[in-house]
Amino acid sequence: MKIEFSSPLSNVENIIDSLKNKEGSLLPILHAIQKDVGYITPQAIERIATKLKQTPAEIHGVISFYHQFRTSPPGKYQIQICRAEACQSRGSRQLEVHAKDFLAIDYHQMTNDKKFSLDSVYCLGNCATGPNIRINDDLYGRISNQRFEEILSNLDRELK
Amino acid sequence: MTTKIFIPRESTAISLGAHEVAQAFTHYLSNHDIDLKIIRNGSRGLFWLEPMVEVETTQGRMAYGPVTSADVASIMEDISQNILHEKPQSHALALGLTENIAYLKKQTRLTFARAGITDPVSLDEYLALDGFKGLQKSLALSTQEIVTAVVDSGLRGRGGAAFPTGIKWQTVRDATADKKYIVCNADEGDSGTFADKLVMECDPFMLIEGMIIAGLAVGADQGYIYLRSEYPIADEILQQAIEIASAAGYLGNNICGSGKTFNLEVRLGAEAYICGEETALLESLEGKRGMVRFKPPLPALEGLFAKPTIVNNVLSLAAIPFIMSEGSQAYQQYGTNRSRGTLPFQLAGNVKQGGLIELPFGSSLKDLIDNFSGGTASNRPIKAIQVGGPLGAYLPSHKLDIPLDYEAFSKASAVLGHGGIVVFDDSVDMLEQARFSMEFCVVESCGKCTPCRIGSTRGVEVIDRIKNDERRAENMILLNDLCDTMIDGSLCAMGSMTPIPVRSAFTDFPQDFFLTTQESNHD
Repeated sequence: MKIEFSSPLSNVENIIDSLKNKEGSLLPILHAIQKDVGYITPQAIERIATKLKQTPAEIHGVISFYHQFRTSPPGKYQIQICRAEACQSRGSRQLEVHAKDFLAIDYHQMTNDKKFSLDSVYCLGNCATGPNIRINDDLYGRISNQRFEEILSNLDRELK
Repeated sequence: MTTKIFIPRESTAISLGAHEVAQAFTHYLSNHDIDLKIIRNGSRGLFWLEPMVEVETTQGRMAYGPVTSADVASIMEDISQNILHEKPQSHALALGLTENIAYLKKQTRLTFARAGITDPVSLDEYLALDGFKGLQKSLALSTQEIVTAVVDSGLRGRGGAAFPTGIKWQTVRDATADKKYIVCNADEGDSGTFADKLVMECDPFMLIEGMIIAGLAVGADQGYIYLRSEYPIADEILQQAIEIASAAGYLGNNICGSGKTFNLEVRLGAEAYICGEETALLESLEGKRGMVRFKPPLPALEGLFAKPTIVNNVLSLAAIPFIMSEGSQAYQQYGTNRSRGTLPFQLAGNVKQGGLIELPFGSSLKDLIDNFSGGTASNRPIKAIQVGGPLGAYLPSHKLDIPLDYEAFSKASAVLGHGGIVVFDDSVDMLEQARFSMEFCVVESCGKCTPCRIGSTRGVEVIDRIKNDERRAENMILLNDLCDTMIDGSLCAMGSMTPIPVRSAFTDFPQDFFLTTQESNHD
């Protein structure tokens, strides 16, 4: 019997092998790796390139094109604030200012304790009940400054 | 008989606490001896009432909303004491019969006929409400007969460009190739739009059925739904629906025993607005950067992997089952001029009553706002309404008497697009909105065309100079020239339409650009 050791990289190999024969497999592979590891590591880029018979530069080119793919670890909770027009009409510009102030970080940054990272997003499709935020895969509507603080405090407590 | 209680599993309802409400009901029922069954349905699209809870009665469904988990005990008392004894509701959140809610009653729901009524992944409920009837009829037709029916319906692409759907299908049908594809554009990136999402979360089998029919019509055996990753709940529901449809023989190698093949897969985008442009979408599906392609060749002839491909919006494909089941005439009889059928409008932004409003083309924007919005959420006067997403014009409050049809909007240098309507009150600064349009183009341009890639950056700079009163008059001329350059020098709508909201901002709201009305007329 072969004993298999589980390491992040072997998992990446498995992901690539299970998806590489799909048509246009690169985005599904990147999504699966990011979901599993949290971001696309330099080693993963090398492996993907080898297995898809492309250059690492080509893989990097695709990663860098899409806002969602990241090459550094995110916070435990990835907060996205919708910046699009419908949310603006309901006060998202004020929410953005407050969120940055409350977390003491700007967009594309992470808090020092690595709990929260902050990014913008252009429309979450919840346009009748903005301002909206997404935290990991969860959507929250009608976010006032106070509600924003409550949600984050609750998540912060869950981590403890 | 067990009484059913409906709590949506649609994303807006969830974002406002529908899961917590469902948990509270489950908890209540576990401690009380009441014969109630919870069904997680879709949403009716009356978002200001979400989470909206409905209870089945002999007269129809009775609604409560917006419900929080704190209301559950009192609602359950009302249900036990009144509804279960066929007495009228008596609760602060009681809305009466759902079907009688004016917002719903005033609509013409063809595409959204089932939304919010069914459990989105119940095949039985779908079948009971005419589901797969269009497919059954199509299986008895020739490929040309299906295409002709779509042509005759007058259906035009609901993604925004409004190209006749039937003509596109005809081109793909007539192309000779060893492989063809059906691609559903579910990259609904326009702010103020959520109709595609509602279709996928509330009635996913309808989209699947529309895609299967498209496959039959043109001889394609593979379909992809390119779904934006901002819609994780739509993804989850679509995956479930595809699995169920496959198990029941509607997808796969022998559709309903016909010997025909159609396979369907969901592919996720990765937060890139430009991938809603059909050629960028195809590049992305092929695993590349979402760079816009030069046309021709048309995707209908050389699309995904250079094979003939139908790329249709969710709403276009979702209209197909009705057209095939009820006939072209039944669809075509709605609408006005060259805009036939219905459009699911999406009322969003600063309104009291935002939601999904499916209407025949032709009523005026003003009527829609007056009849449905309930006024602004902030109780301040309306200053501007942006229709058609981030590339659509901002209409001032005195120009709202415009008919909601494609031609009337283009005549007014505006965009009906995907039917998104975003309302702004008088606190909005239109110079800031124009700046945002340019900034959005900076962030989302694929970079292929210089006027879009660099022009948008220059646009932000020029608007900042106008704001700071640096040679304002000269910079206004520069901004107007820049708009011309972007329009003339960009391959796709991203660069060539960003000037539409920008120009509408300084033309119709000159005071926000520190201009007199006369100065704003550069054209």
